[in-house]
Amino acid sequence: MKYFHLIWAALFRRKTRTILTLVSIIAAFLLFGLLDTVREAFTVSKTVEGAGRLVVTSRMSMQQPLPESLGARIQAVPGVSNVASANWFAGVYQDPKNQVISFAVSPSYLDVYPEIVLPADERAAWDRTRTGAIVGAALAKKFNWKIGDQIPLQSTIFPSKSGSNTWTFDISGIFHGKDEKNAGLEQTMMFHWKYFDENNAFGSGTVHWYVVKVADPMHADSIARAVDALSANSDHETKTQTEQSWQASFIKQLVNIGLIVTSIMGAVFFTLLLLTGNTMMQAVRERTSELAVLKTIGFSSRSVLAMVLAESVLLLLIGGVIGIGLVAALVPILAKNSGGMMPIHGLGEHTWVFGLVLMVVIGVIVGLLPALRAMRLNIVDALSGR
Amino acid sequence: MKKFLVNLGLVILVVVALAVWIKLPWVGVVALALLLALWLLLTRAGRQASSVTAVGVSTLRQRLGSSAVIVIGIAGVVGVLVALLAMGDGLSQTLKSGGRDDTAIVLRGGSVSESQSVLVRDDVDAITQAPGIARDADGKPLVSAELVVAASVKQRGSGEDANAQLRGVDAAAWALRPGLKIVEGRKFKSGLRELVVGQGAERQFAGMQPGDDLKLGNETWKVVGVFASGDAYDSELWADRQTVSSVYRRGNSAESVLVKLTGAKAFDGFKAALASDPKLKVEADTTANYFAKQSEGLSKVIRVVGIAVGVIMAIGAIFGALNCMFAAVASRAREIATLRAIGFRGAPVVVSVMLETMLLALIGGLLGALVVWLLFNGYTASTLNGFNQLVFRFKVGPDLIWTGLKWALAIGFIGGLFPAVRAARLPVTTALRES
Repeated sequence: MKYFHLIWAALFRRKTRTILTLVSIIAAFLLFGLLDTVREAFTVSKTVEGAGRLVVTSRMSMQQPLPESLGARIQAVPGVSNVASANWFAGVYQDPKNQVISFAVSPSYLDVYPEIVLPADERAAWDRTRTGAIVGAALAKKFNWKIGDQIPLQSTIFPSKSGSNTWTFDISGIFHGKDEKNAGLEQTMMFHWKYFDENNAFGSGTVHWYVVKVADPMHADSIARAVDALSANSDHETKTQTEQSWQASFIKQLVNIGLIVTSIMGAVFFTLLLLTGNTMMQAVRERTSELAVLKTIGFSSRSVLAMVLAESVLLLLIGGVIGIGLVAALVPILAKNSGGMMPIHGLGEHTWVFGLVLMVVIGVIVGLLPALRAMRLNIVDALSGR
Repeated sequence: MKKFLVNLGLVILVVVALAVWIKLPWVGVVALALLLALWLLLTRAGRQASSVTAVGVSTLRQRLGSSAVIVIGIAGVVGVLVALLAMGDGLSQTLKSGGRDDTAIVLRGGSVSESQSVLVRDDVDAITQAPGIARDADGKPLVSAELVVAASVKQRGSGEDANAQLRGVDAAAWALRPGLKIVEGRKFKSGLRELVVGQGAERQFAGMQPGDDLKLGNETWKVVGVFASGDAYDSELWADRQTVSSVYRRGNSAESVLVKLTGAKAFDGFKAALASDPKLKVEADTTANYFAKQSEGLSKVIRVVGIAVGVIMAIGAIFGALNCMFAAVASRAREIATLRAIGFRGAPVVVSVMLETMLLALIGGLLGALVVWLLFNGYTASTLNGFNQLVFRFKVGPDLIWTGLKWALAIGFIGGLFPAVRAARLPVTTALRES
């Protein structure tokens, strides 16, 4: 630490060069931070609430409905503590562009999803209202909906019995996500399955998927098999999987985010290695005589090595921290402007840790060659300019 | 103060030059290059510039490290940019190319895509009666009511679950899509549980070779053929509509009706006829229009992401290039001052430094584009389109490589401009005295 000012002075010996290099490093880590945030957003998070949940869909196709009567039979499977059902609704508000992620759910849905926080009085009001709906806080804010509003939604799939596609709902509650990780939930809307079923022009008595809460997540596999056995060889065979693998299967099919991010970052960091390596090489080369003086007045070869290494790591750390810091400032703005498309919940600790490790590793790699050169410097040769 | 004004002027120059550069078509670029070549060859200052450039280029070897930084840095930017744009282009082309002006698709009113639409038997019959529909040799209207189902299948290789689009079609479906050819095996026979798969689906999913048995919707199907169309249909499995509808219990409903029109001009009449029927609540669109709309959202997102990533990387590369060229100019300060002392003017010095940087940038751009072309042209990837997997190919076309090279030259221009001006403005006496 006592050499800090010496390292600092060496780093800013040529201000232009250091600042130009810093901007490149900042750009690289800015990109790293942004891409890593996106990758995180698309990685299924392992939440405590999600641990004991299974999703039951039709084995034939995710859109294929299952009979509503199956719910009671699933509830009877040993080890199942609760069952809820949901239907796709595919609602749009006023304009086809304003998609509302909406589901028709059974009354037990909120009990299975404790991360949906709804005040008790609003919950009671919702249970009383046949056409009641509860909306996420972010969704309510987007369309300026308030409790008590009556809103018309068009379903792009289900016409109502009146023949039109318009369904009306009374907003009886506004719910919040339990913590930041559940921010995506606040973009959704739920209403009673009963209302949906009575008013739906095609088919009744069906649901699209069941959510099963198991008492002990350790037994999830055997319970999933028991649930599938209920409908084996019937015309509505089911596929039961953990909530995590259900979500993961969607994301994996959507895009291989990991591969894209890794390739881009590979290209970026390879370039960065070359660039900062070049800067450090230049910095040491033009300081040859100064380093020789340091050695003459008694600095050991090893401390010269350490000082050059520290210089390059410091360079990377300054640039990297500014870069990721910029991301931390940008992410909330991006999340706001994406209109809920991006389930970004702030900059993760993981990104910081991984970023810092990268900074130190790159710093050491680029500093190593110049540092070795400085260490092996022969005082007499260096001072005489040979 | 003067220095500040000069720098401000340079920044404004950069902004204007970039704005013009983005708009410039290739003819303009060629004209610019020709003008530059003429100037270099014919005027006195130009000849001076070319000889200074030759000296600069000949010393590149001694600065291998920093030259490589510029080349590799710009290659990285161009590579990533071109790869991301190639993904977007490949995707939108796959989605778009299935469309034609003389075929129309009819969906239920308000539906954005097939999977959201439902048409009942009466709708299908009424649509078939509409005017403007072409007929085949036997006088039957060329109409195919179609049903799409998201079928659960396994990925080839990993064995993971995936959704494939299973399309039930009527006999006229083949005539409605003249671009679609059977490349292996034969068409399915109506009434049998037989499947014909797209070549993308054959590659992507397990159990899709002709002769394979496949379990879909609780029944066993036989794969009897493979078709190729080069568009979104390539990711689908096709079967007889009645069979699909009975296996998936869809009754008599269909999701869309595809019709062949007597010509592109017949569309307006056809659409008007459907709109005037009070019993029908449907919307017709030409397939060209419909597929273009389908591709809009996703390919726009990819384009925006590609350009955003490219811009951030380009900023890094610009500063890397600035750094290297400042160092190069500093190491040649004496030489440049000598040139100026013996009568060379400022302009040739500026031009030579810029030419050198842009040459390195061009090499970098070509390198990046070449690597991406070798690695990614024709690379197959897949994504979700609605519920179902869509297989598409990256397409690294000449227009994308051109875009990449334009970016490379722009980075070289900015990275070279400031060091070049510094070189020309350095007081001769100071530079000569500097060691």
